[in-house]
Amino acid sequence: MAKKTLIGLEIHVELSTDKKMFCNCKNQYGADVNTQVCPICLGLPGALPVIDKQAVEYAIRAGIAFDSKITDEIRMDRKNYFYPDLTKGYQISQSDHPLCAGGYLEIEPQSGPKKITLDRIHIEEDTGKQLHTEDGTSLLDFNRCGVPLVEIVTNPDVSSAEEAKLFLEKLRNTLKYIGISDVRMEEGSLRCDVNINVVDDEAGTKTNITEVKNLNSFRSAVKAIEYEEKRHRVLMEKGENTDKETRRWDEVVGETILMRKKYTADDYRFANEADITPIKIDREWLENIRENLPELPHAKKMRFIEEYDLSDYEAGVLTQSQELAHFFEETLVNVKDAKLLGNWMMGDVLRRLKDEDKDFEEMPISSTNLAELINLVKDGKINNNTGKKVLREMFETGNSPRAIVEEKGLIQISDEGELEKIVVEMLDNNPQSVEDFKNGKDRAVGFLVGQIMKATKGKANPQLVNKLLTEKIKER
Amino acid sequence: MDITSLKGWEMREKLIKKEISSTEILSAHLSKIDKIEKDINAFITMDKENALKTAKRVDEKLQKGEKLGIIAGLPVGLKDNILTKNLRTTCGSRMLENFNPPYDATVVRKIVEEDGIILGKTNMDEFAMGGSTETSYFGNTRNPKDLTRVPGGSSGGSAAAVAANALPLALGTDTGGSVRQPASFCGIVGMKPTYGLVSRYGVVPMSNSLDQIGVFGRDVRDAHMMLQTVTGYDPLDATSSKRADRDISIEGIDSLKGLRIALPEQYKDLRITGDEKIQERFKETVKVFEDAGAIVEYVSLPSLQYALETYYVIMASEVTTNLSRFDGIRFGYRTENYETLDELYTNSRTEAFGEETKRRIMMGNYALSAGHQDQSYKKALRVRTLIKQDYENAFKDHDIILSLTAPMLPFKLDSIINSPVDMYKADLYTVPVNLAGLCGISIPMGDVDNLPVGLQITGPRFGDSTILKAGLGYERAVR
Repeated sequence: MAKKTLIGLEIHVELSTDKKMFCNCKNQYGADVNTQVCPICLGLPGALPVIDKQAVEYAIRAGIAFDSKITDEIRMDRKNYFYPDLTKGYQISQSDHPLCAGGYLEIEPQSGPKKITLDRIHIEEDTGKQLHTEDGTSLLDFNRCGVPLVEIVTNPDVSSAEEAKLFLEKLRNTLKYIGISDVRMEEGSLRCDVNINVVDDEAGTKTNITEVKNLNSFRSAVKAIEYEEKRHRVLMEKGENTDKETRRWDEVVGETILMRKKYTADDYRFANEADITPIKIDREWLENIRENLPELPHAKKMRFIEEYDLSDYEAGVLTQSQELAHFFEETLVNVKDAKLLGNWMMGDVLRRLKDEDKDFEEMPISSTNLAELINLVKDGKINNNTGKKVLREMFETGNSPRAIVEEKGLIQISDEGELEKIVVEMLDNNPQSVEDFKNGKDRAVGFLVGQIMKATKGKANPQLVNKLLTEKIKER
Repeated sequence: MDITSLKGWEMREKLIKKEISSTEILSAHLSKIDKIEKDINAFITMDKENALKTAKRVDEKLQKGEKLGIIAGLPVGLKDNILTKNLRTTCGSRMLENFNPPYDATVVRKIVEEDGIILGKTNMDEFAMGGSTETSYFGNTRNPKDLTRVPGGSSGGSAAAVAANALPLALGTDTGGSVRQPASFCGIVGMKPTYGLVSRYGVVPMSNSLDQIGVFGRDVRDAHMMLQTVTGYDPLDATSSKRADRDISIEGIDSLKGLRIALPEQYKDLRITGDEKIQERFKETVKVFEDAGAIVEYVSLPSLQYALETYYVIMASEVTTNLSRFDGIRFGYRTENYETLDELYTNSRTEAFGEETKRRIMMGNYALSAGHQDQSYKKALRVRTLIKQDYENAFKDHDIILSLTAPMLPFKLDSIINSPVDMYKADLYTVPVNLAGLCGISIPMGDVDNLPVGLQITGPRFGDSTILKAGLGYERAVR
């Protein structure tokens, strides 16, 4: 295919540090407006920034996780522009010397594994928020001013909406793994801008890059990319071109809408932030961060394959989030059969959560209870089908499996004498089926098992029923 | 006895001996100010009420026999870019005409801790930009030595007040000579300490990689006393140094014998003419050092010839970003004449900033803009590194560097205010010290045509005690 879509992503991630980046104000979402401010984050004349070590550490964790090169010396710059939510008339950011350079993240689209390389990860401060009232006035909330951010910039390696989605999911997952952000798009702690254009290698033409903003969810990012990709391709077919412009995704109309044309490149007139003298990064500290970094998704997946003999797919699913992986390992301590547990988790637990559109954090069942349920099945106390019914009950009530089983009298009938009586009765009542079986119709057994299960309300031990049936029929 | 004619340290001695009270010291200065302020215009805002309260408190402490601070009972003036909680701080600008800061600068806290008496906020060039105190929104200050002349700038109000005995001590800020040059023009001592020695927290920045709080006194001992009060590491200022906690001692020096002095060769060839008499005065002063046993030799600091241009590019670039926060939105002046956001920004800044301020904002934006940044701002940063290196080399074999403080005598009011480049040239000898983050002190070295001339002693980074001692030695040698 001659036409290629080139997509670069810029992701802003709010770091979940205790304090803001340059002052002692709390870094906390959702406080009353303008209550978490001080002369420093308000940019009052004479107030000076002092960089927070935790913010740097968190950003370095991201750099290590994405295999970036961490700089030797932190240097901050001023990015100059006027905007009401920007208290100093400049944002303290990084220009020529990002904290982390390069790096990559591997995704697994249908076409096979692919590395999305990063241009850089740099640290900067967040701005305030504007609130627009109905009478047209704008109010300013400066609580968010000075909250630490990392900006992650990819190279234009992403070539479809699917890849963008996989990348964003993996990125969010990894950031959560390393514990540096809440990564909640709806609260703005993860924000994504898209740069997109289409290149026709054969014809030697390309469209101008469009920047798309206001993407409030992964879903809208995907939809906006699909929309833009089509828009670019249609224009290209017609022999026309797109304009260099910034567009905004409108969720309601399902279209991107022009915000402004880019006639000239933005000139942010970067200057050194001389209030923060360059800080050498102590190599020992860096090594310490590296050593204390939690196991990353890929490493965890490889370990699951190795240690628990799971398939690539199973391991991938079970390490999708840190909570899920942790839950799996916690449950496994009591279940002791990774394959069996994996089947339960993937088949029943995750499907149910997906049906209810819930994240794994919202899982209502404790690992102890799930382990107990699986053990009840494994030990033959209840059969597999009953187990699934009990699981559904657990989802709804949160009760322990033992309590449910006892309350509903679901303990499997494994008493051979008791079952034998039922089997004999069943054979007596169904001579035709016995006859059919003897004539080689194996299906007759299925019918008989069904009848027995019905009679026992599903509690009969299926293996035992099969065994007794075969024995008793032969005796006739 | 006229208390105000005493040196600060003499007042303090008399206070400790209970010969005079803190309240008496204050009233003497208040009467002095009443008499001369209409001629000098050294102050923008006075704080008599609080000053009187503090003076009484100091007297009580003295009566109770409590330990008194370094500058106990001494009236202090603060340049009006040093924030004082609930006391208007204007930066000499219409932009902050009614700005009452919600917090104190670190140095203000230190002055209070050392029992100093903050008497008022002194006049200055707008946002510390200028060399004559003529760009102030609150009228110009006159030189007490000759009322037809400027006191220098930008800390002209502080320098004039100390020279006129309206205050024994004052603080200024020095970005390219704004303490040393007015000290030279007014015939007093003015010192810019090493960058990082005094906290800048709560000082409205002009050019933050160059700004440093400086001190004024009528002799070296007073300047030292003021410096000791305000120096020290401040965790609120990331550019302040832990070395600032070391004691800056001036004890143990009696002579200039053996002092190794460098004279920059580059200053032999003056770029500004008409100052032969000043040059003569300087030669005589160097001879005083030699006669007292100092070893004097010429050294070459080649990069010094680019210092002025380098300074103006870096300074203006930083000024541009530092002044961006004055946008009419959160504090300071806001125009009434706007409908759109852009008009709010533009008109507020147009109406409230003065000409020199606007000029430097323009210069800085030019130097930082895409297409010019490599040729101007970034190149200037590289030259700055060379200047630092040249000084480091010079200080390997020398203790101090001697030069003039300013290449000219205090000039007439209104004489060069409309020739910005001539005004900028007044900074020739002082800006390299800021570019390299060194310390420098200006000490009176007599008169030329009945006007004061200053000698600049430059020391290496954290050589503050060395230059103070050299200054003290010189004072003794000529006494």
